[in-house]
Amino acid sequence: MTKVLMKGNEAVGAAAIAAGCHYFFGYPITPQSEVPEYMSRELPKVGGSYVQAESEVAAINMVYGASGSGARVMTSSSSPGIALKQEGISYCAGAELPCVIVDMMRGGPGLGTIQPAQGDYFLATRGGGNGDYRLIVLAPADVQELVDLVMEGFDLADIYRTPVMILGDGMIGQMMEPVEFKYQQRTDLPEKDWATRGKGKGKQKNIINSLYLEAEELEKHNHHLQAKYAEIREKEKKVEVYNIEDADIVITAYGTTSRIAKTAIAKLEKEGYKVGMIRPISLYPFPNEAYEKINDNCKGVLTVEMSTGQMIDDVKLSLNGRIPTYFHGRSGGMVPGPEEIVEKVKEILGGGK
Amino acid sequence: MAIVFEKTKGLTDKPTHYCPGCTHGIIHRLVAEVMEEMDLLDNAIGVAPVGCSVLAYEYFNVDMHEAAHGRAPAVATGIKRVHPENFVFTYQGDGDLASIGTAEIVHAAHRGEKFTTIFVNNAIYGMTGGQMAPTTLIGQKTTTSPYGRDEATTGKPIKMSELLATIDGAAFVERVAVNNPANIRKAKKAIKEAFKVQLEGKGFGIVEVLSTCPTNWGLTPVEAMKWLEKDMMPYYPLGNFRKPEEVE
Repeated sequence: MTKVLMKGNEAVGAAAIAAGCHYFFGYPITPQSEVPEYMSRELPKVGGSYVQAESEVAAINMVYGASGSGARVMTSSSSPGIALKQEGISYCAGAELPCVIVDMMRGGPGLGTIQPAQGDYFLATRGGGNGDYRLIVLAPADVQELVDLVMEGFDLADIYRTPVMILGDGMIGQMMEPVEFKYQQRTDLPEKDWATRGKGKGKQKNIINSLYLEAEELEKHNHHLQAKYAEIREKEKKVEVYNIEDADIVITAYGTTSRIAKTAIAKLEKEGYKVGMIRPISLYPFPNEAYEKINDNCKGVLTVEMSTGQMIDDVKLSLNGRIPTYFHGRSGGMVPGPEEIVEKVKEILGGGK
Repeated sequence: MAIVFEKTKGLTDKPTHYCPGCTHGIIHRLVAEVMEEMDLLDNAIGVAPVGCSVLAYEYFNVDMHEAAHGRAPAVATGIKRVHPENFVFTYQGDGDLASIGTAEIVHAAHRGEKFTTIFVNNAIYGMTGGQMAPTTLIGQKTTTSPYGRDEATTGKPIKMSELLATIDGAAFVERVAVNNPANIRKAKKAIKEAFKVQLEGKGFGIVEVLSTCPTNWGLTPVEAMKWLEKDMMPYYPLGNFRKPEEVE
């Protein structure tokens, strides 16, 4: 298949349709409005349905209805809109409804700004909604990976009956890069015999629900969800690792920030520094084992984020005090330059190579 | 021996949790009977609300979703877009539909979504213990309007049928009551007409059913029926507000 040049947000839509998603419920918000625009243009051509919802709250509840009816379905938004979707995401997690939610993050808190940021890490990985639930959270660093992860996201959602969040940022959504649609759908996808299609079509009456009034029953349901998350942690971690066996310092970053960090590492290597890198691709499940493999002589792990420090909590939990941790972050829509990271590394190493 | 009465197949055998004298039971039965009579039980997908009828998914003998508070029309939109050939309905109370879910119901009607809403209006929040609803009457005492609803600070009760009837996408809007056998028959007829409007693809339909809440009104079931007639019906007039001409 030949490569095509696509903007990140449009690639999200194209990847979803290629993965068999024919239903999209959205609401405009910068910097992701090209996703609903693309879907409104392309879904009618494949016999699907695009609904511009009255709010992000309504959009995620439309996703609930469509997913509960057995369809592959997606919604997308940016940070403040994702905040509004949290109620519905919690219900989808509780009712075990597969769906893909795309967050092209922008600066916050509040209305913040329309420029790229990574301040929704907590929201995505800790669950912004109520209750004991987790999402599979995937963080692409380029448009090709965005396409691959959206397509795989639908498979993971169906296999584990869970919402999957694609955590990008305004930069990934807006940049244009060549992509190809090469992801092969998994062959072990389960039947959706739990979905509502009218009970005449199913084996029994189906109910889509997250209510368990008996405490014992809800605890049992929570244990069932936790067992599922344990299986996800066991099987679905994704990470890119570079030179951690030999490094004096390891930089860790995800998404857009990881690309800037790579530029910084190339500069540092030219100057003779030994720098490793860990790039989590799945933020939940977090690839903690990668951090455990960093050599004992490593002088520090530097987390770089477009936030005031969120992923660093998971880095610290993974290192468990074994290696000193450092942080460099920009926020509010500011993007760190490679020079800042180079300076920070030199400051940590105190000039020693 | 000839069978003169049978329970509708549209309801499961699960005993309901409704209070004595509550009219949810009557309304459930009407909806279920109409689905059975129109041969919709194998095809229907219903959406239960949050409120007293939150467990409706256990009572209606059809595929069901349980929605978040007020979001049933959004959930029904998602269902109907995936299954346009299925019969889809929401069953919602007045806290759910007229307060937290106003955006969802107004815009489902506005888009002309082809599902039907059964809107049970008993002028109070029942499940949470009798708090004031947007539909609570002026002067009515509730646990959050202990001196009686005050128009100056809480406004007048919202008339959802009249409001929705201003929207072109709402093809069928009717208010009924279940306070006596004649009105129950009229309610059933309205539900049937609303369902027909959906099956004919004419747009969104809603039947508002004036209902009693003896427990939270602090009345006996008989007194509650009288209160519905004397206090609710003058403010919430019964009748059809909108229907397609062919459904006369």
